[in-house]
Amino acid sequence: MSSPNQSSRPQNDNPYDIATGEFDKGVTSGRKLFGKVMTGLVMLCVAIALLPLASILFMLLKNGLSRLLQDFPSVFTELPPPPLVDGGGFRNAIMGTLLTCLIGALISVPVGVLTAIYTVEFGQGNKLSQFVRFCTNVLSGVPSIIAGLFAYGVVVVLMGTFSAIAGGVALSVLMAPIIIRTAEEGLKSIPREVRQGLVGIGATNFQGVTNVILPAALPFIATGVTLALARAAGETAPLLFTALFNQFDARSLREPIATLSVLIYNYAIAPYKNQNELAWAAALIVVLLILTVSILARSLTSRKVY
Amino acid sequence: MTNPSIQQDAINNSIAGDIVIRTENVSIFYGSFQAVRNVFLDIPKHKVVAFIGPSGCGKSTLLRCYNRLNDLIPGARVEGKITYQGVDLYDPKVDPVEVRRRIGMVFQRPNPFPKSIYDNIAFGARINGYKGDMDELVERSLRGAALWDEVKDKLKESGLSLSGGQQQRLCIARTIAIEPEVILMDEPCSALDPISTLRIEDLMHDLKQRFTIVIVTHNMQQASRVADYTAFFNAEAGDSGSRFGYLVEYDRTESIFNAPKQQATQDYVSGRFG
Amino acid sequence: MTSPTISNQETLIESSQKFHAPRLIDRIFYWLTVLLSVGIGAVLVWITYSLLSIAFPAIATFNLGFLFSQVWNPVQDLYGALPQIYGTIVSSIIALLFAVPLGVGVAVFLSEDFLPRRILTPIAFVIELLAAIPSVVYGMWGIFVFVPFILPLLQGIHNALGWIPFFSTPPSTRQMFATALVLAIMILPTIIAISRDSLISLPPQLRQGAYGLGATRWETIMQVLLPAGLSGIIGSVMLALGRALGETMAAAMLIGNANRVNVSLFAPASTISALIANQFGEASGLQRSALFYQALILMILTLIVNMLAEVIVSRFQQVE
Repeated sequence: MSSPNQSSRPQNDNPYDIATGEFDKGVTSGRKLFGKVMTGLVMLCVAIALLPLASILFMLLKNGLSRLLQDFPSVFTELPPPPLVDGGGFRNAIMGTLLTCLIGALISVPVGVLTAIYTVEFGQGNKLSQFVRFCTNVLSGVPSIIAGLFAYGVVVVLMGTFSAIAGGVALSVLMAPIIIRTAEEGLKSIPREVRQGLVGIGATNFQGVTNVILPAALPFIATGVTLALARAAGETAPLLFTALFNQFDARSLREPIATLSVLIYNYAIAPYKNQNELAWAAALIVVLLILTVSILARSLTSRKVY
Repeated sequence: MTNPSIQQDAINNSIAGDIVIRTENVSIFYGSFQAVRNVFLDIPKHKVVAFIGPSGCGKSTLLRCYNRLNDLIPGARVEGKITYQGVDLYDPKVDPVEVRRRIGMVFQRPNPFPKSIYDNIAFGARINGYKGDMDELVERSLRGAALWDEVKDKLKESGLSLSGGQQQRLCIARTIAIEPEVILMDEPCSALDPISTLRIEDLMHDLKQRFTIVIVTHNMQQASRVADYTAFFNAEAGDSGSRFGYLVEYDRTESIFNAPKQQATQDYVSGRFG
Repeated sequence: MTSPTISNQETLIESSQKFHAPRLIDRIFYWLTVLLSVGIGAVLVWITYSLLSIAFPAIATFNLGFLFSQVWNPVQDLYGALPQIYGTIVSSIIALLFAVPLGVGVAVFLSEDFLPRRILTPIAFVIELLAAIPSVVYGMWGIFVFVPFILPLLQGIHNALGWIPFFSTPPSTRQMFATALVLAIMILPTIIAISRDSLISLPPQLRQGAYGLGATRWETIMQVLLPAGLSGIIGSVMLALGRALGETMAAAMLIGNANRVNVSLFAPASTISALIANQFGEASGLQRSALFYQALILMILTLIVNMLAEVIVSRFQQVE
């Protein structure tokens, strides 16, 4: 360990002098000052890191809440207004966000949970489960806009139209890795003894997994699903060219549909004050939704069996 | 070492009654590592057989071959022949799940399922196709495991809420509820206090009226208390330097503890084992 | 005594060979999980394939020259990706320059006992919430709050240091530097969370040993703990870089979509994802193909960065 003052230590032949004055004092004040400065610096870091969050939450409340209260409940029940028209709401976008997230979950939850069951229960570190782990990691790093382009190239081109289904497919690509990881964690948390017990009474893997292991891992899986939903609810880029946007209610899953996140994007960059305000109100709702769900996810994990 | 097969055959000939499991020249490998070498050993019906020996002697490994639990370990391989009622357990036509329905197992650490006490027992019976009166089966199994009086008022509570000794008896009840022929017990009392241990030992005396029991224990007193027959295993360094386990002596429990034929057995049961 | 299931006359082989529904269900279940596991890999291949197939006309037309061309001309159907590649990489690097020291500082603070645990845990939780805020909200916050706030400061920098090429243009309302700062805020939680994990998981003996030698807290942190946790920290930085490279909405809303390379950081610029977000709606034909070509480049960039992160993080988990 090199201390900045080590070089200035005087040569001393008397071993008993080592513990005395000069060696200790001269060093300590400098070292203490260094420590104080660094402690101050990291505290400043924390303050700087928290500042944007505080600012975002404050602005959301300031700009979003006023609009929500002023137009309650019409923001939730009306359709988005055309430019230069006052009032309006985003009921279609709320529906769209819920629908696309639901479709995303319907695809990614079964796929994610069954994949995790393979890697933990059957594969146990074999080649295929290592491959799955690798793919999951790569998939979780795929930029969200590329998930959108993928769903465009596959679903939109095939169906010939933008749709809630295409949006859901794009979101499912982003949700699946989250669900696989948390489900794996949940399955791994179940003690080996329980699996042995299942084998001991002659249960098939299917019987053991469905009756005992999945129920015990459920809190983890629920956490994964809520985290994935929280992520999906805020995603915009994958929906731009899949769900697109719709000024009106979508009448079926096979036509373009509005979502809160795309509405925020469209209306935040629009030059109209009313639309900007609606964007803030929508952002407040999305953030509240996501924060509630994230906190819910944490409380679910604390209910685990093992 | 003398020729193992001749020696073991001589011992097995002294086993009286029907043979349920026959172990013929069995060696067990993990990858290239040989864990158990050339075991001949017959399990008689409705008796308690204890496997004793120092750790690493392969007694648990052998036990786990009787219900094909080693199938779950990648790279595990069995050579030789283990027959159950004349059928080769490792015949490719045999479904391991079917084996485990007939040869039940109680593990070292109590492992009740995270379900109610009632469902812990009902689950195994249900998946094995039991169609009768479930309440009656649950009560009968819990009585059989000497647990009924302690839990009859809280059958809906989680099996995990019981004490360690009660959990282990719940696991025994769960096993007897599926009516296996044989119950394998892998050091069933090693995680329990002396009083719980005593209760389970008492239970084994009752259970052998209906089941054949094979128990692995490293508690010699336990073996002498519960077992009709005792097999002593030892470990030895092999040619490549790695240790393998083998069967030293298998006989009536009294003979093993009072008049062992092998010096190694003598040393072990008298505590002079180094 | 009635046996619930097994008639004793039936041998093991007979009952094994007999039809048994649970056995069939179990086989189907097993193969279903295998199928879906393979499916995860297939999706990855499928993504790459669908990008490639639509990008193919552009690849065939422009080859690798695409990477070095600054032209983006839908009228003449001539396209290049240099401004976007430059913007993507430079904005991400600037974001890292700010986020890494800040993030590691916070991670140190949260992994040491400067304050009691019951205060630190909520702070860590609140910072994790930062990660949950959607990027489109960051983008909007950038437009209405952050950029107006930072602009006078940037104007001051331009006035004082305008002779430096990086600050040579008057700060525009849509520009590279402010975008990079918002990106820095967005990737901060990633760096903090993983760095903190790697610092917390260090064996306590390290700390005790350093204290035992008479090192002060900060000497221990700087000379023992940070070097020991380095691979985890670097891994977190790589993951954050991957996120910054692929980030779409904040960049699309803030960077200004200038299709040329400008050395000044205060000038409008572009990133790959911002270009796609802005142009995809109206694009068709070769232009759409060129956008997919850009997406392919982005995919490869993030893939490399994420795989490096994976290797580094997994090494730190092995040490652990």
